[in-house]
Amino acid sequence: MPTIYVDDQALEVAQGENILEACLNAGLDLPYFCWHPAMGSIGSCRQCAVVQYQNEEDTKGRIVMGCMTPVTEGARFSLNTDNASKFREAVVESLMLNHPHDCPVCGEGGECHLQDMTVMVGHRDRRYTGKKNTHRNQYLGPLIHHEMNRCITCYRCERYYRDYAGGNDLAAQASHDHVYFGRHEEGVLQSEFSGNLVEVCPTGVFTDKPFLKHYSRKWDLQSAPSICSGCAVGCNIAPAERYGKLKRVHNRYNHEVNGYFLCDRGRFGSGYINSDSRLDYAGIKKPDGSFMAVHQQQAIDTAVEWVKNKKVAGIGSPRGSIEANYLLRELVGAANFVPGFSDREAGILKAIVRILKTTTAINPSIKQMETADAILILGEDVTNTAPRVALGLRQAVRNKAFELAAQMGLPQWQDAAVRNLAQDQRSPMIIVSATDTRLDDVASQCISLSPDDIAAFGYGVAEALSGRKSQDEMVNQVAAVLAGANNPLVISGASMLHEGIVNSAVAVAEQLHSCDKPSMLSLCVAESNSLGLALLVDDPNSDANMSIANLTKQASDFDVVIVLENSLERRGLSEQIDSLYKANTKVISMDILENTTLANSDLVLPAASYAESQGTVVNSEGRAQRYFPVYQPSTERLPSWQWLLKLAVGCEHGGLANLEYFDQVVAACANSQAAFGRLVDVAPMRDYRNQGLKVPRQTHRYSGRTAMHAGVSVHEPQQPQDSQSPLTFSMEGLNRESPAALMPYVWSPGWNSNQSLQKFQAEVDGPLKGGTAGVHLISSDASGAVEPAVPITPTLKPHHWRLVPVHQVHGSDEMSVNTDEIAQLAGRAFIAVGAKLAEKLGVTEGDGLIVAPHNTELSLQVKILSRVAKNCVGFSAGYLETLDLQPGDLVTLSKDEAWVQPTSTVIATDRGPAHV
Amino acid sequence: MSELIPVLLALIILIGGVIVAAVLTWFERRLLGVWQDRYGPNRLGPLGIGQVLADMIKLLFKDDWVPPFADKVVFIFAPTAIVVAMMMGFAVVPFAPGMMIIDVNIGLLFFLGMTSLAVYSVLLGGLASNNKYALLGGLRSAAQMVSYEVFMGLSLMGVVMMSGSFSLVAIVEAQTDLWFCFSQILGLIVFVIAGIAESHRLPFDLPEAEHELTAGFHTEYGGMKFAMFMLGEYLGLMLISCMIVTLFFGGWHGPALIGHWLPPLFWFGFKVFFVICFFVLLRAAIPRPRYDQLMSLGWKVMLPITLINLVITGAVLLWMEGAG
Amino acid sequence: MDGGSGIMLSELRTMWEVLKHTFTKAETVQYPEEMPYLSPRYRGRIVLTRDPDGEERCVACNLCAAVCPVDCIALQKETRADGTWYPEFFRINFSRCIMCGMCEEACPTYAIQLTPDFEMCEYDRQNMVYEKENLLINGVGKYPDYNFYRVSGMQTATKDKGEAKNEAAPIDPKSLLP
Ligand code: SF4
Ligand code: SF4
Ligand code: SF4
Ligand code: SF4
Ligand code: FES
Repeated sequence: MPTIYVDDQALEVAQGENILEACLNAGLDLPYFCWHPAMGSIGSCRQCAVVQYQNEEDTKGRIVMGCMTPVTEGARFSLNTDNASKFREAVVESLMLNHPHDCPVCGEGGECHLQDMTVMVGHRDRRYTGKKNTHRNQYLGPLIHHEMNRCITCYRCERYYRDYAGGNDLAAQASHDHVYFGRHEEGVLQSEFSGNLVEVCPTGVFTDKPFLKHYSRKWDLQSAPSICSGCAVGCNIAPAERYGKLKRVHNRYNHEVNGYFLCDRGRFGSGYINSDSRLDYAGIKKPDGSFMAVHQQQAIDTAVEWVKNKKVAGIGSPRGSIEANYLLRELVGAANFVPGFSDREAGILKAIVRILKTTTAINPSIKQMETADAILILGEDVTNTAPRVALGLRQAVRNKAFELAAQMGLPQWQDAAVRNLAQDQRSPMIIVSATDTRLDDVASQCISLSPDDIAAFGYGVAEALSGRKSQDEMVNQVAAVLAGANNPLVISGASMLHEGIVNSAVAVAEQLHSCDKPSMLSLCVAESNSLGLALLVDDPNSDANMSIANLTKQASDFDVVIVLENSLERRGLSEQIDSLYKANTKVISMDILENTTLANSDLVLPAASYAESQGTVVNSEGRAQRYFPVYQPSTERLPSWQWLLKLAVGCEHGGLANLEYFDQVVAACANSQAAFGRLVDVAPMRDYRNQGLKVPRQTHRYSGRTAMHAGVSVHEPQQPQDSQSPLTFSMEGLNRESPAALMPYVWSPGWNSNQSLQKFQAEVDGPLKGGTAGVHLISSDASGAVEPAVPITPTLKPHHWRLVPVHQVHGSDEMSVNTDEIAQLAGRAFIAVGAKLAEKLGVTEGDGLIVAPHNTELSLQVKILSRVAKNCVGFSAGYLETLDLQPGDLVTLSKDEAWVQPTSTVIATDRGPAHV
Repeated sequence: MSELIPVLLALIILIGGVIVAAVLTWFERRLLGVWQDRYGPNRLGPLGIGQVLADMIKLLFKDDWVPPFADKVVFIFAPTAIVVAMMMGFAVVPFAPGMMIIDVNIGLLFFLGMTSLAVYSVLLGGLASNNKYALLGGLRSAAQMVSYEVFMGLSLMGVVMMSGSFSLVAIVEAQTDLWFCFSQILGLIVFVIAGIAESHRLPFDLPEAEHELTAGFHTEYGGMKFAMFMLGEYLGLMLISCMIVTLFFGGWHGPALIGHWLPPLFWFGFKVFFVICFFVLLRAAIPRPRYDQLMSLGWKVMLPITLINLVITGAVLLWMEGAG
Repeated sequence: MDGGSGIMLSELRTMWEVLKHTFTKAETVQYPEEMPYLSPRYRGRIVLTRDPDGEERCVACNLCAAVCPVDCIALQKETRADGTWYPEFFRINFSRCIMCGMCEEACPTYAIQLTPDFEMCEYDRQNMVYEKENLLINGVGKYPDYNFYRVSGMQTATKDKGEAKNEAAPIDPKSLLP
C-alpha cells in the first residue's frame, strides 16, 4: 500500500492504481471525461490534470494527467494548486468552444457529466467569439438519438462501442477539430449493446431515443431498484416513471452481474408497459365471447366462487416471480401445479437444477466469467440468449492481453497501450454451434455442428481431456486448449432445447475440474425466473410433476385452471392448448398484455408489470434478486401475487389465508422449501429504515408535486403509501448508505450524472458500499453431475433439414417485442439457411421459403447465415409465426414463388424535413 | 333616592365599560395607523367605526369551541375572571365628586387586589388549555404579574404617605393644589411601567408574544371566550388609565385657573383619554423586550427606584413635619 | 433595556419620533378605488410568451419546474416534427405559487415571465390552476428580440445546421481537406 501526498494530505492507496482512481477513492472531486472505470484510461481529454512535484522542496511541479499516472510510494501531487485548477478550467473552456448552446433541449441535461464538470472547474463565461464548428446528425436506428454538435471528443463512445462491445459500425472519423463520431453512413446501429452509449457518452451526443419521445428530467423521475425481465441474466436495472408512464430503464450497478452495462433488450424493451394493449380491468367472458369489465372485488368474488372447494389446476410462469408461483402452487396443491414451461424445456430445466446442485464446477457470475482464460461455448448463441454474458465474454478474451501487459509491467488501465501490445491476440474461445453466433468475431475457433453432434463433440472433448484421444482432430485440439488454461469456462444452455448438449458441457467442465482446474460452468436458461420456477417444482420426493401435455389431456378432470402470466401458445403445440380451451373447464388467467390465452379465458385479471410490482427472480447463476415497484399500478391492475393472495384469502385457504404482506409470503415460501431458505435475505424487509426513514424513490429535487395532479383536482392527493416495501413514493429519506438491493438511483452533490456512481462504490470499480445485491440460492454438494452420453442415431431423410432455433436479442423474447422500437428491430420471422443451401434452393436474402414440418406448411422470409451446420436450417425462435416449429423436427424447403419481398424500409433521418 | 345613584352608576359603568372597550379596539387601531402612516380600519361606517360592530358580530358567530384536551370548567372560567376583576376595579374609581359607586377607605388596596386577581385569569387560561404555548404564556404572566405587583404597590406608597389615606377620594382631594405627578414623579414612572406589565399590554405582552408563543395563554381560545380576554385587556387599560389620573394627575381636578370652566367629569375623562393615547403610543413605538430583560428591569431598576422614592418621600414628609 | 438610563432615553426618543408621525400622510393606497403603480418587473400573474416569429418560446426544458420552491409547475415535453421541443401540457397551480419569480430567472428562453397583474382571486380554487392555453400569450413580453432556436445549434424546420448564431457551415467528415 503506497502512500501518496495530495495537497499535503497523506493517502494510503492501492498498488497499481492511477492518481485519478486514488483521488476518487479518497472522496476527492477530480474532474475527468475520457477515463471510465470499466475501460481504463487513454489520457485524451486532459481534464484530470494534477500537478506532480519531484519532492517536498519542489514548489513548481509539472502538470500530469491523473488518469495516466500510476501511484508510486511517496509521490506528491496537488489538485488545488492554481496551475492545476486553471489548466482544468481552460480545458473545459476549450471543450466548450463548439458547444451548441442547446442544453435546454438536450436529453442529457440535468444528468450531464459535461455540465457537472463545467461547474466543478468553475468555467462560466464564454470568451471565444469565433464561429462554432457544426456537424450533421445521423439516423442511428430507433434506439439512439444523435446530436453530434455536443461532442467533446473524449473518444469514450468509440472505445466502448468498438473496443469494449465489439461493434464495428461506429467510429471516429475525420481529424483535428473535424472529428466526428458516427457510422460510415446513416443506419441502425448493429450492436446489441448500443444503448450503453447513452450512459457512456458524458455529453448529449448519444441519448435514449424512446425516452426522448416522452422525456422527463432525471430529477423528475421516480425510480426503484429492479431486475431486468428480458432474460435470465438478471441484470440490475433502475426503471423510472413519471406521470404514470414508465419513462426509461437505466443501468443499476451490480458489481458481480451487469456492472455498468445492459443490453438493448433490457434497456429499451420495457416500452410494452405503456402499451395500449395492457389490460386495465378484470373481465368475465360473456356467452357471446366478449368480456364484461368488472371491478377487482367482483372479479375476486367470481374467482372464489369458481375455485372454492373445486378441483383446480394451476399453470405457473417462468416470467412471474417466485412468490406468485409459490402462491399459485399452494393454492392449487403441488400435485395440480404445472410450472408452465414447455414440456421439453421443463425436462432441461430439471436437468439444470440437478446439475447446479451437484456439479463440481463453479457456477460463475459475469464478473467471474471475465477472469476466464479459455472458453468453450456449446450450442449457445450467448449474445442472443444471455446478452450481457456475451459482453462479459468479450472482456474475458482480453485476458491474453492483460497477461502480456503484466509481463511488460503495464497496468491494466493503460488501455491504449495494452491494446496496442496485444493487437489481435486473444484468449481462446471456441464456439461450437449450429449456426453462426454474434461472438464469432472474437472466437479463436467456430465449429458448426448439428445439436446432436454438438453433444457428441462435448463428450468427445471430455474424453480427450481424460486422456482418451478422439479420432476427430478438432476435438483433441479443443481439449488441448482447455487443458492449457488455468481458468477455463464452459458455457451451454437450454436454448437449443437439447439436454444432451447441456450434459456434454457438464462432462467437459467436470473433467476439467478433475484435472485440478477451477473450472467454471455457466448454463443459460431462457426467462427471468426460469431457474426460480424450476427450483420451486424441484421436489426430490416426487417426480410426478405434471406437464402441459398431461394437463391438456386431462383438462376436463379439473373444474378450473388458473394461468399465471403465461401465454400458453408459447408452451405447447396449438392443438394441445386448444384442447384445454375447448374442454369444459373454466380458465382464469392473469397477465400484463392481451394475448390469446387471455382471449380464451373465462375470467381475466389485469396483472401489474414488473415495474409495478414486487417479486423475487432467480437468474441463471442461481442468484435470487428482488425487484420493487417503481410506481403503483394504475386502474384496476394488481400484482399477480396480490390477485392470488386475495383469491386464497377468499377461498379461506389454510396456509395462505392469514398472509397479508409480501414479506409474509416470502417468509412462507422460504419455509416451504430448503432451497428457498435464504429468500428472506434477498433484500431488506418492509420494516427497514435508513436513519429512521424509508428509502426514497424520488430525487430530492422532484418537481411539480403541487401541480402534477392539479389538472384533475387542485386538492392534492396524499402520496401513495407503500406498506409492502422499504421504499417510499416520496423524496423524503436518504439515498445513500442503504443496502445494494435498495438503490433506486445514483446522485451525489455536484455529480448529477450517472458518474456519481463512484460515490456509491466502496472503491472505484469495486462493489457498492452497501454490498452486492442478490443471494445465491443454489449451492452445489459437488458430488458430480455427469450423465453418460445418450447414444444418438441420427434420423436423416433426403431433402429434409433439421430445424434448429436461432435466437434474436430483439424478437425472441415474449414481452420486449411488444415495444414498438424492439418490434421494428426484430423484423419478421425468418428461416435461416447457409449460402450454399440458399443457392441450391434458388433464394436470396429477403425471399420467401415454404417450410413444411409434418402436415402444415408456412412461408418464411429467408435469412442467409455465414455458417450453418450440415443438414440444418435455423428458424427464428420465439416469433409468433414460428411458434409451432419444433427444434429437431425435419422439414422440407421450397421457394415460395408468391412471396413478395418486403419493401426495404426507408431509412428515416434525424435531419429536419427541409434539408436533406 | 341617593342610594340609587351607585346602582345606576354601576349599571352605566358596566355597560359603558364594555362599549368604551369595544370602541377602544377601533380607536387604538386607528391611532396606530396614524403613527404608522397608514389608515387602520376605515372601510365600515364613518371613519371605519363600523368595524367595531363587524368584529363583534364576527366574534359572536364564531364556533364556541372548547378543545377536547382542555380542562373544560377552568377553561371557560378563566376569561370571565379577568372581566369580572376589572369591572370590580371600577367600583372605587372617583370619576367626579360624588360620582363613584362606593367610596371605601381602602379604595386603593381594593384596586390593587382586583388587578392582582386578574392574573388568575391568564394563569388558569394558560393552564387549562393544556397546550405548551398556552402554558408558557401562563407561566410568564404569573411571574411577570407577581413581580410587578410588588413595585406597583410600593410605588403608590408615596402617594398614600403624602395624602395620608387609602381612600381614593382623599387622594384626589389631596391633589387640589399640586398633582402628585410632580412630587411623586418616580412613583409615577414606576406605576406606569408596572401598570403596563400588569395589563400585559405591548411592549410587555410577553404572555402572548405571538412570535414566540403563537398566541400565548389564549392560543386555544376563540370566539366569545377570546373576546372576553380582549375585553378584559381593554378594561384593564381603562382602569389603569383611570388610576393614573386619579393618583397622579389630580383626578377630576382641572388645571389651575381654567379648571372650573368645565365640569370635573370632563377633566377626568379628558385626562384618561390622554393616558390611553400614551399607552397606544407605547405600543406603536417600543418593541417587546426579552423576558429576562423584563424581569431584570423589574427587580434591578424598578425596585430600587420605588425604594428610593419611599425613602425620599418619607424623609421629606418628616422634614416638613419637623419644620411645620 | 438592560437597566441603563441611556437606554431609557432611546425609548423616549423613539416615542417622540413616532409621535411626529401624527402629522405625516398615510402611505396606504386605497385599492381598488385607487390603482397602485406596478413596474413592468412586478412579479404577478405568470404568462408564457412567444418568440418574435410568433412561435411558442417554451422548449419544455423543465428548469422552471425544478427551481420552483413550491413545486407548482408541471409540464411534459413533446417534440415537433422538426425535432424541436415544446410542452405538451404546461400547468401552473397559482393557488400554490408565491410569485417569487425564480421560474423566470431560470428560464433559458425568456418564455416564462411574471407580469404586473395580481388580480387573480377566485371563489373556486380549481380555477387557480392555469393550463397552457390560459398561460400562453400572443406576444414577446419583456424581451422583444430573443429567439432560443436562433442561438442554439439544434436544427429546426427553418434553420439548418450551421445557421445558428456564430455557427460555421457543417463539416463534411469524409473530406480530407483541413
Ligand atoms: S460522442 Fe460522446 S462519448 Fe463520443 S467522443 Fe463525443 S462526447 Fe465522447
Ligand atoms: S442481458 Fe438479459 S437481463 Fe441483462 S439487460 Fe439484457 S435482457 Fe436484461
Ligand atoms: S413564481 Fe416562484 S412559486 Fe411561482 S411558479 Fe415561479 S418559481 Fe414557482
Ligand atoms: S424554463 Fe422556460 S423553456 Fe424551460 S420549461 Fe420553463 S418556461 Fe419552458
Ligand atoms: S480522464 Fe484523464 S485525460 Fe481524460
